[in-house]
Amino acid sequence: MSTNLSTSTEWPLWEVFYQPNDGKPFEHAGSVHAPDAEMALQNARDTYTRRNEGISLWVVPTDQITASSPEDRGPFFDPANDKAYRHPQFYSVPRAVKKRK
Amino acid sequence: MNTIQTMNPQTKEELFVEILLRLADDRLILGHRLSEWAGHGPELEEDLALANTALDMIGHASALYAYAADIDGKPDEDHYAYFRDDLDFKNIALVELPKGDFAFTIARQFLFSAYSYFLYRDLIGLVDDDQFKGMLQKHFKEIKYHLRHSREWILRLGDGTETSHIKLQKAFDELWMYTGEMFAMDNLDQKAIEHSLFTDVSKCKEEWINLVSSTLEEATINVPDNNQYMYNGARKGLHTEHLGYLLAQMQFLRRSYPDAEWK
Repeated sequence: MSTNLSTSTEWPLWEVFYQPNDGKPFEHAGSVHAPDAEMALQNARDTYTRRNEGISLWVVPTDQITASSPEDRGPFFDPANDKAYRHPQFYSVPRAVKKRK
Repeated sequence: MNTIQTMNPQTKEELFVEILLRLADDRLILGHRLSEWAGHGPELEEDLALANTALDMIGHASALYAYAADIDGKPDEDHYAYFRDDLDFKNIALVELPKGDFAFTIARQFLFSAYSYFLYRDLIGLVDDDQFKGMLQKHFKEIKYHLRHSREWILRLGDGTETSHIKLQKAFDELWMYTGEMFAMDNLDQKAIEHSLFTDVSKCKEEWINLVSSTLEEATINVPDNNQYMYNGARKGLHTEHLGYLLAQMQFLRRSYPDAEWK
């Protein structure tokens, strides 16, 4: 399925991810139109990092992203609902480690 | 403001104020021209980019004006922006020309940002006034981005479609006679150089030419003849007809309602 539904006169769509700080995972910010990767990066900078949001950017062509579909929601995600033991909350954390947080 | 007196600064302070105003006026006027794109950009993303650049440049002007006001004993930066007439503005003519089409706007931005880049780089290495230097260093980062953004556009418009190529070539051909003023030095510049308040911009002209030429060649655009007639005199008040209209729009509200406040 093509995710880029724009007409041929429009620039391609790019998904924008920004890193809020050193060591933090990248977060999805939104999307921009741009003719190529360099301009996508600049447009992302001008659209999504004007208010100190991040220190690094990724841009990815939208049609390169493979997404799960709404029908996948049940089989993909529901099985995790009743498996609380997958969370690390049943271990006691030593005080020294807690302090370092 | 008394034009005659300000054109012949006697003390180092007066000289410094003139230098600050020249820098600030270039940036305010071009910032205003860019702001005219708000809501009219060719794409939503580019609309934002132009508005960002406009805000950056008006911000640079504001900081420079505020510092000049401090030294000059004027109430604030608004004094310079809103209560001077066209004869007292010291900007070069390049920045006051109407915004034109997108190719014209981008070509002018590239020429000016490249000039700003070398000018600021040299000034930062030269000035010993900490506040001035700090200001320049802060603005230099934004200038680097303006240069990168406009340069990338030059490459794409020049080497893009037939229409974009023709429009960009026409823009550079029209703008070229206004580039001489960036590197023209007068007595005031010479005096300022003696006091380490300004840099000899004629020295960075070659680097500017090299950057502009190599970019235009990469963009398949012909570099206009550098020996053609060059406009001069705007820094002394000999502006084009366009500045008056720009100021009328920019200054109208502040002059008609001097006590107006943001609520």
